[in-house]
Amino acid sequence: MISQIVSLIQAAVYFGTVILFGSVGEILAEKSGNLNLGVPGIMYMGGIAGLIAAFLYENNVPAADQMPAVALIISLGAAFVVSMIGGLIYSVLTITLRANQNVTGLTLTIFGSGFANFFGGSLNKMAGGAGQISVAMTSGAFRTKIPFLSDKTGIFGDIFFYYGFLAYVAIVIAFVVRWFLNKTSVGLNLRAVGENPATADAAGINVTKYKYLATCVGAGISGLGGLYYTMDYIKGTWATDGKIEQLGWLAVALVIFATWKPNRAIWGAYLFGMLSWMFYYLPGLTRSSQEIFKMLPYAVTLAVLIIVSLRRSKESQPPEALGLAYFREDR
Amino acid sequence: MSKTKRHTEPLMHITKRPAIALWKNLGIRGIGLVLALIVCAIVIYAVTKLNPLEVYVAMFKGTFGSQTRVWYMLRDTAMLLCIAVGLAPAFKMRFWNIGAEGQVLMGAVAAAACMKYVAPNVPHGLSLVIMFAASAIAGGIWGFIPSVFKARWNTNETLFTLMMNYIAIQITSFCVSKWEDHYGSNTVGVINQQTHAGWFPPILGQQYLLNVLIVAVITVCMYLYLKESKHGFEIAVVGESTNTARYAAMNVRKIIIRTVIVSGAICGIAGFIAVAGAGHTISTSTAGGRGFTAIIVAWLSKFNTFIMTGVSALIVFLQKGAIQIASQFGLNDFVSEMITGIILFFILGSEFFINFKVRFRSSRKEIEK
Repeated sequence: MISQIVSLIQAAVYFGTVILFGSVGEILAEKSGNLNLGVPGIMYMGGIAGLIAAFLYENNVPAADQMPAVALIISLGAAFVVSMIGGLIYSVLTITLRANQNVTGLTLTIFGSGFANFFGGSLNKMAGGAGQISVAMTSGAFRTKIPFLSDKTGIFGDIFFYYGFLAYVAIVIAFVVRWFLNKTSVGLNLRAVGENPATADAAGINVTKYKYLATCVGAGISGLGGLYYTMDYIKGTWATDGKIEQLGWLAVALVIFATWKPNRAIWGAYLFGMLSWMFYYLPGLTRSSQEIFKMLPYAVTLAVLIIVSLRRSKESQPPEALGLAYFREDR
Repeated sequence: MSKTKRHTEPLMHITKRPAIALWKNLGIRGIGLVLALIVCAIVIYAVTKLNPLEVYVAMFKGTFGSQTRVWYMLRDTAMLLCIAVGLAPAFKMRFWNIGAEGQVLMGAVAAAACMKYVAPNVPHGLSLVIMFAASAIAGGIWGFIPSVFKARWNTNETLFTLMMNYIAIQITSFCVSKWEDHYGSNTVGVINQQTHAGWFPPILGQQYLLNVLIVAVITVCMYLYLKESKHGFEIAVVGESTNTARYAAMNVRKIIIRTVIVSGAICGIAGFIAVAGAGHTISTSTAGGRGFTAIIVAWLSKFNTFIMTGVSALIVFLQKGAIQIASQFGLNDFVSEMITGIILFFILGSEFFINFKVRFRSSRKEIEK
């Protein structure tokens, strides 16, 4: 029984970390007024970029000279940069060219999943043999646990120290973003841009710059979710099964669930993880009733969305200008 | 003490265009498309080292190469068009219905259920009518739920309909595992393979002619509904400003709910066409992302159902063509999504030059002289 609960918690944290990255990045973008529905695509791009970088490193550097730390940094960097490029495409189209945000986001998702699965599929082919690429060394580096704490502290260690370092990075980033949004003047400016860009503009805030930076950095953070998925969740392989896309939409859902608050996204992510894996641990479920159970995270999000709109409390509303392009001469 | 900063005029001055001549509009879009094709050609060359022109020729042949292929093209265009047409009234009302994927799936589930349990026991024509109605109702309900919350409590419909998609997907996979053809396969298989009960009959020997006809009728009706009817006018007013609509004594809530039900119902019918007219089975990929692609189609066409026909055809052509080059040159299928994405980026970007006029600093000075 205890071991079942521990394993559910572990599954929830693995799952939650992927969407936590995705949704913290998205919160940052949405706070600037950009509803970026391209998150699944960006997570795809981040995941594949990190994988390709690791693959190239492991295949081009002789085994004796390979250093896990270098592989780690290379794939982290690649994932972050490529995800930011995804965010940049979105920004150029929606901020500078004022294209519709929903449509641009969906297009980015189509592009990102095509891009990632195309290269992922080609890599699998190049790897030959079993038709499955594997970057065992880099993935191992990502999955290294804290030595003493993870295996000598019993159940405590199993629950809290069982994960690769990115799981903790996700929590740190969430807190940093919260601090940034609520405690710094730059964060205040950013929130002003998302609430009412015309007022922010009049106050001398460079709306375009804020929107660009928030969206691109947000995209970079979201992309790390994809990297965590490929490197840790599926252990440095690639599967063209559309799972990242599903997780990406859950990340968007989590933003709503957390009512645009990064700290709330942390426990929300683990709750989503638990809800998503619950079916696996409940005894006596048939395969079809499991499918109903997998609906839970979405149903819970819907409930939150409805309750928030019923209560109309000021602090849990979406940013006022969310989804609208800003054009100074509009009125 | 400090140097005063010299304020120069911004490099570019952007103004809104009131209206644009049709030829200019088409010209800008044409330039966007050509640029997109050039970028795609560069990408194709970079990845495969193939001659891009050869690749485009292969795409063309892959889509129009034989009569069967042309019919596949028509079938898929009709399907995409149907969903886009369904989205048109909601979008025109500024109701962001991202939930087409779910509405199509619910329609498809309803149609498949009727095909499985009702169609074998009733005459063929009647079974099609029942399936049609069932899927329209199922899709309509899936539109009704978010619209009530939008109308009553102003709940964000973009996020609501997005979530409804995934609930619909889980309902579909629930049904798939209930109806699986033999234990453990987790696929439904072709329903009524022997009797063809509830299948679209071939017309003039063409398997997919009925799909095309149904969608053509819906497209024309929707055009008239939006352009000529009182409802269409109300939709346009609510889309421009709900306050104006209220001032004109329109019942805004009723209009929102009614319009989104219509929108969902047509998407549901698209699910019916996918099940009865094409796949004869049901799975979570019955909608296959078309619900999302159709959003882009509807938006690019500015809700004009006839322009939608062209845009749908273009997108289906791109997808078919890319799948063809994928198999011909040994790439994988996902290249089609990548190419579609790039082309859509350019088309979206080119809209800017239709809506806005850009004037550069230097050119203005020349005018002043």
